[in-house]
Amino acid sequence: MIEAMNTHNRPFVRTEHLPQSPPPVSTSGIIGWARENLFSSPLNAVLTIASFYFLYLVIPPFVQWAFIDAAWWGSSNKDCAGYDGACWAVVTARFGQFVYGFYPEAERWRPNLVLILFAINLLPILWDRVPGRTIAALFLVTGFPLVALFFIHGGLGLEVVPTPKWGGFMLNLIMAAVAIIYSLPLGILLALGRRSEFPIISRFCVLFIEFWRGVPLITVLVMASFILPFFMPDGFNFNELLRALVGLTLFSSAYMAEVVRGGLQALPKGQTEAARAIGLTYWQSIRLIIMPQALKITIPAIVNTFIGLFKDTSLVIVIGLFDLLQVAKSSVTDTNWLGLEHETYIFVALVFFVACFAMSLYSLYLERKLDTDHRD
Amino acid sequence: MAVGVKDEGTPSGGGARWWYDPKVRAIIFQVAFVVALVAFIAFIVNNTVVNLEKRDIRAGFGFLSEPAGFEIPITGVVDYSVDKGSTHGAVFLIGLQNTFLISAMGIVLATILGFVLGVLRLSNNWIVTLLVGSYIEIVRNIPLPLQFIFWQTAVFIIFLPKVRDPISIFDTIYIHNRGLTGPKPIGEAGLDFVFYAIFAAIGVVMWLRKWARRRQDETGKQFPVFWTSLGLLVGLPLLVASILGFPLSWEYAELGRFRFTGGMGIPIELFSALTALTIYTSAFIAEIVRAGILSVSRGQTEASHALGIRHGPTLRLVIIPQALRVIIPPLISQYLNLTKNSSLGILIGYSDLFNVFGGISLNQTGQAIEIIFMSMSVYLCFSLLISLYMNWYNRRIALTDR
Repeated sequence: MIEAMNTHNRPFVRTEHLPQSPPPVSTSGIIGWARENLFSSPLNAVLTIASFYFLYLVIPPFVQWAFIDAAWWGSSNKDCAGYDGACWAVVTARFGQFVYGFYPEAERWRPNLVLILFAINLLPILWDRVPGRTIAALFLVTGFPLVALFFIHGGLGLEVVPTPKWGGFMLNLIMAAVAIIYSLPLGILLALGRRSEFPIISRFCVLFIEFWRGVPLITVLVMASFILPFFMPDGFNFNELLRALVGLTLFSSAYMAEVVRGGLQALPKGQTEAARAIGLTYWQSIRLIIMPQALKITIPAIVNTFIGLFKDTSLVIVIGLFDLLQVAKSSVTDTNWLGLEHETYIFVALVFFVACFAMSLYSLYLERKLDTDHRD
Repeated sequence: MAVGVKDEGTPSGGGARWWYDPKVRAIIFQVAFVVALVAFIAFIVNNTVVNLEKRDIRAGFGFLSEPAGFEIPITGVVDYSVDKGSTHGAVFLIGLQNTFLISAMGIVLATILGFVLGVLRLSNNWIVTLLVGSYIEIVRNIPLPLQFIFWQTAVFIIFLPKVRDPISIFDTIYIHNRGLTGPKPIGEAGLDFVFYAIFAAIGVVMWLRKWARRRQDETGKQFPVFWTSLGLLVGLPLLVASILGFPLSWEYAELGRFRFTGGMGIPIELFSALTALTIYTSAFIAEIVRAGILSVSRGQTEASHALGIRHGPTLRLVIIPQALRVIIPPLISQYLNLTKNSSLGILIGYSDLFNVFGGISLNQTGQAIEIIFMSMSVYLCFSLLISLYMNWYNRRIALTDR
């Protein structure tokens, strides 16, 4: 009876699937993406419209000014007279000075060579697929500065180029490189000293670090420039660039010490204890157990410190060194190139931005890479 | 280590010779260090004394009471005039005041801008996140000295009108490429009482906050503290002033043919330095704020909503207090950085401590050692105060930590 009823009133049952219909237009594709990411609420809609309006106000006129209407070549600002846009001729005409300062044109292959050597030396340190990291690091601190000094300064058969002729972006690179190369070992020593069991040593290191971290770099540079000569024995003559380098190195070594201390603190205490338990001396345990681990996790922070230091090198204009910013400053007051503040400073900003941004991307890459293979 | 010591006649007591004793080693090592340090310092002091004598420079702080003889654009509340023979000591005070002025203004503005940008960076709006992200990356990766010079010489001086043809706001405030000129307040008798009223209002507000909190703890009743405080802070001084018949008059600036006479001016250097400092520091603060908000786990919001707390109070009472714990220590160190960075004012001629004192006074007197160490100790004192505060703050939040 029941079966009979069922066969009679059997409802329709579909035996095959319907073809899938596409999701609603409003949640997929460009429209869905825009709804979710640009217009998810009234406030967001307002912000989006304001942002696009801002971009519309800024980007097209800037492109027009910087590229379409721009004058690219010329020998003075009169050559830009017919153009409405930027006068990049100031950059192209004085490019050599922006990069090398007053370094003689015939000798400019020497800094270039040093830069290539520096890159080759840096490769094993920055990229772990290339072998020989330790040797490269040791050479960078000991041999390389001598090689660089020989090529850039001259002597022993090469024509001598005195330091007042060094300038431009090259000078920024030299100062940042020297300061970082020497402040890293100094910073490691200070960080170890700060954590030392000897109270006098650790007090001294704390005082030293906090002093340099507490004062602005500008005062340090002026001090190095004005006071350092007083500290030296009578008749000892001190190169202006060397003074700035001493100031920069001491200053950044304090920051480096704090960075390294962060790395040391991140290591579990058991590492030191285990090293001592198997009979390593203090320096052996530091060299073989502690530092390799601590430095590895601090490399991103060291790169960040280097970026800061690199930007700070432009401060040397206060003591009259002819770095990139100073070249730009004297360029805008040059009678041939008057009224080109925008072009000149935008170019300088671009140079620094590209260099610093590339380094910070590298530090992000390192952070991600080190994050995965670190303990626990 | 002690293996080689065993078969040689060991001294009484231990199994090792005395120089393997860590305590003895510690003493010897530190004594050697101190001796080396003292010798180094003596060497430097000796050289300095010889050099000073040779160059005929008289060491000491006597120069502070010598007349300075140069004009300073911003003198503020310090009574300074070249004609009256104001001293280098007064110059120091002016520099100190101007450094504090720009640091305080920069800190307030950078905090506001940084918080807004940090919150915007976290929004789910693609274009806003992109814009704020690019702003932060661009500003952080360009050297601050360049930004100082850029705002001064490539923006303000070029885009603002000349003094002869200023932007005028109600014919009282004028904006031009040398700065801002406005009316100068002149206090009359009775103005002191208005200031007393302001202090009294602040005192009452502080008491009111305590009282309201205690009452809420005891009875659960809330009191509109914010609006009452605002009313008190604005109302009380206004009331006193109106009773006294507004003891303040304004001296308006008059535009002559080439320059303004009378009134009060704020030089363009202050705006350039302030803009550069604010924009640069706000990028760092935005990143700190973002990290702070991200550090509060989502479960906190969900738990708070589950308890029936609305969105606004959740943000105010649950999220922000926890985020602040992460935000404040790095924020304070950014404030310290901003204060130190204000010394870059020397690049554009803002009359901060390091410009007027470490720059002009130094050139005039030649007392490099005294002047540089005085300037440095100002910044050092400031950072010492900040780190004392930080230690106190860290201890305080450590107590409330679970």
